[in-house]
Amino acid sequence: MDYNDSELPLGPRREDLLPTSTERSVKVVVVGGFGVGKTTMVRSVSEIRPLTTEETMTQAGVGVDDLFGVERKTETTVAMDFGRITLDDRLVLYLFGTPGQQRFWFLWNGVIAGALGAVVLVDTRRLEDGFPAMDRLEQGGVPFVVAVNNFPDAPVYPASDLRAALDLPDHVPLVDCDARRLDSGRDVLLTLMRHLYDSATATSEAP
Amino acid sequence: MSGGDRKGERDWEEGTPVPLYVVTGGRTEAEDAQVLDLVTLIVARSEPRPGMRPEHVSILRMCANPLSVAEVSAYLDLPFSAVHVLLADLLAESLVEARQTRTAHVTAAVEPDVEILKALIDGLQRL
Repeated sequence: MDYNDSELPLGPRREDLLPTSTERSVKVVVVGGFGVGKTTMVRSVSEIRPLTTEETMTQAGVGVDDLFGVERKTETTVAMDFGRITLDDRLVLYLFGTPGQQRFWFLWNGVIAGALGAVVLVDTRRLEDGFPAMDRLEQGGVPFVVAVNNFPDAPVYPASDLRAALDLPDHVPLVDCDARRLDSGRDVLLTLMRHLYDSATATSEAP
Repeated sequence: MSGGDRKGERDWEEGTPVPLYVVTGGRTEAEDAQVLDLVTLIVARSEPRPGMRPEHVSILRMCANPLSVAEVSAYLDLPFSAVHVLLADLLAESLVEARQTRTAHVTAAVEPDVEILKALIDGLQRL
């Protein structure tokens, strides 16, 4: 019975406490291939030092074809970095950097369910890395924007070429960004929110 | 995924690692998995009591102010499935309150609240 003998500050630092009045939270997913800058973007815009939550595949992997018939459970742990932006005294936004590769999809159900929207982060040198994520978001009905992370040594293409290469419909916003910069990451999120806003108001105004 | 310094700043003694099935009382899936989203906010409604399991005490303490399930998972260093189970216990006894359940998130995602979207745009512009 050692419930009161500890002074360990397990939990957020004082400056990281949310207002007690916070009652609404919103989830946005930043998804993309390996090394495309997901964690960098989360870190740039987050007001807290990014945290990590993880999941093991033993539970969530049930039903995954690869495991069918495997007697001994394998444990794969996948970590997701996430950050936070407090919008006002009621509303807080959480941003999850989620690996886009197909082998991590066992994680996805819990992450994209209930997500307000997503940012698909791509690198012009490996555009195809973004395809699985875009397919999965479309299947899940999660609206998204595509942000091209401008690595200094990556080739720059006209937006129309990128749209064609990504097979991106006109209504999906495509923007450039520098995932290392707060203002740039913020602008990507603003593009997403305005996209959602336009869709929501267009729907509600439809006859 | 980038590796890096995962929770490296914490320096307390973790003690002997406890197997997850001990932490969760042998359960592997919370009935409330559908209730709790990663970003559902948890708020303590009670002080820790003698005899509570340490993880429950930690949750009640860290949730004096609202805290997301994901943050609870990160600070406890437990997978979110295990945290779901722990939180389900506390919810069942009304020791914590859950704000914005999974259902609320799914509903809000299908039909976004325009006022919330405005608040998000305004808030982001102030960053």
